[in-house]
Amino acid sequence: MEMLVASAIGVLTAAGIYLILRLRAFPVILGTAMLSYAVNVFLFSTGRLAVNAPPILTKTAESYTDPLPQALVLTAIVISFGMTAVVVMIALGAYLETGTDKIDIATDEEGDAA
Amino acid sequence: MNHWIIAPVILPALLAPVLAAVMRHDIVLSRVFSLAGTIALVVIALGLASLASSGGTFVYELGNWPGPFGIVLVLDRLSALMLLITSVLALIVLLYAIGSGWDKRGRHFHPLFQFQLMGVSGAFLTGDAFNLFVFFEVLLIASYGLMIFGGGGMRLRAGLQYVVMNLAGSTLFLIALGTLYAVTGTLNIADLAVKVRELPLEDAALLRVAAMLLMIVFAVKAALFPVQFWLPATYTNAPAPVAALFAIMTKVGAYAILRFYTTVFGPDVDATGSMPADWLMPAALITLVLGVVGVLGARRLVPLASFAVLASMGTLMIAISLFTPQATMAALYYMVHSTFAAAALFLLADLIISRRGDNADWLKTALPISQNGLLAALFFLVAIAVSGMPPLSGFLGKLLVLDAAQSSVDMALIWATILVTSLVMVVGFARAGSVLFWKSSTLKTEAASESSPYIEPIPTPVLPIISAAAPIVVLILLTVFAGPATNYMQATATQLFDISGYVNAVLGAN
Repeated sequence: MEMLVASAIGVLTAAGIYLILRLRAFPVILGTAMLSYAVNVFLFSTGRLAVNAPPILTKTAESYTDPLPQALVLTAIVISFGMTAVVVMIALGAYLETGTDKIDIATDEEGDAA
Repeated sequence: MNHWIIAPVILPALLAPVLAAVMRHDIVLSRVFSLAGTIALVVIALGLASLASSGGTFVYELGNWPGPFGIVLVLDRLSALMLLITSVLALIVLLYAIGSGWDKRGRHFHPLFQFQLMGVSGAFLTGDAFNLFVFFEVLLIASYGLMIFGGGGMRLRAGLQYVVMNLAGSTLFLIALGTLYAVTGTLNIADLAVKVRELPLEDAALLRVAAMLLMIVFAVKAALFPVQFWLPATYTNAPAPVAALFAIMTKVGAYAILRFYTTVFGPDVDATGSMPADWLMPAALITLVLGVVGVLGARRLVPLASFAVLASMGTLMIAISLFTPQATMAALYYMVHSTFAAAALFLLADLIISRRGDNADWLKTALPISQNGLLAALFFLVAIAVSGMPPLSGFLGKLLVLDAAQSSVDMALIWATILVTSLVMVVGFARAGSVLFWKSSTLKTEAASESSPYIEPIPTPVLPIISAAAPIVVLILLTVFAGPATNYMQATATQLFDISGYVNAVLGAN
């Protein structure tokens, strides 16, 4: 279980970072999405991994899982969802305006544009 | 419980949707309400500052849930000071945006501006680490909109770069918070301060990882080496009033470092010890050097201003990374100074660009601009302030930083770096000023035979020039009233290092 979750986070993060380093709009957006998935799973595991345990402490429950990371993950999902929408719009705008989807800005281009 | 504490967050949060939904077609109405809201924010910030100056730490429990279980807002001298800087800067920038007509060049300037203020105010007030993340996202998402305001290919590309960089930063922030929660089981700053100090040393490795990850996140915001690269491209391509407002954004990072690495990971914590300072100091020194090299190498005025901001962040972080009350006092004074100096520089650069036609902000000689003398005088004052020459507050700020560094082991290095970079900065600004104003005047006599000696005569616009000069007035006031200001900041620094006072105020009866 621990091994599975840990390697899932690791693979997602590695893929995300690789895609971000491609420096083209579409792979970068996918990369940030991958990274945010990795972070969501990671946040889950910060409350320790507990299987089949409710996130509520009652008198009858033998074990429970930490509810706070679940609330954090919910917030993080909403925020990363909104951020992805924004970055897609800006990337589309930049592509339509300039005809290139490169993230990097070379110095000589900066000179031409001014 | 004083409900005014949450007002700096609530007011812009309520105003922005109204501006966006109801007044979006009426620019006059938007301007009036946005301006009224910002003036109200200044008044509230003044009230909160006078409340905080009594020396107490005031806690606002959201939903009346006591900390550490509920989210708390905490008002102390430091957050009150930051709120006051934010609101005054916002008022100046808003006046300039209205006066120069920048707010008409795209849509939804005023709602975005108010959301930005909400995020910044919240970040300064919150007493919860995850809530800090949420407010960071609020201020970032508003800043994305402001950054690409008015459109244009180059600005959109720079905006995309800025967004991607900050998305990666936010991800790192979440990882850091997750690690911190896994070690301590809390995210309330006061509770963290207690738990971190009680942590057995054998569990300290993971805590150190969390502390360093958080530092990288805040360093991205504060534009510290090696994550400073986003700043020049962003500030150069952002609309001028937005670049001036962004002067407070880097200070959010500086504030977060100041808050976290004194209250939570202070020098007295065994697990981290002097580790934050050991990493921050070299980063700050390199940032300062990079900044002045950029100032010297810039071929345009706005990149020059951006690199000057970078250099000022270097000086500020040198003072912060000494982590003594005296150095923190110097850092706070320099923080106020550098915020308004940067704003003045960007607003002035915009006034100059709007008069130079095709030459824009390129540092090359051209025919003199309208109001050449007045703008040259303002530029001279700003250059004095930014490069830290007497008699303005930049000089006092640097003097305080140098004085605070006297007890440091790196004193020689810090003194040498600050003094040499100040000289280089003077050279950089002297070159820019003489090319833009002085050599242009000599060109005028040669071109006098031609029909028009000026490029395009522009009548003196009152509001933009007054609002561009307003930050300089703030700097002069900061210089004249340096005594009371440093007294307040001394008290702020003392309060910041009194961790038990903060913890008792937040956790109170527990």
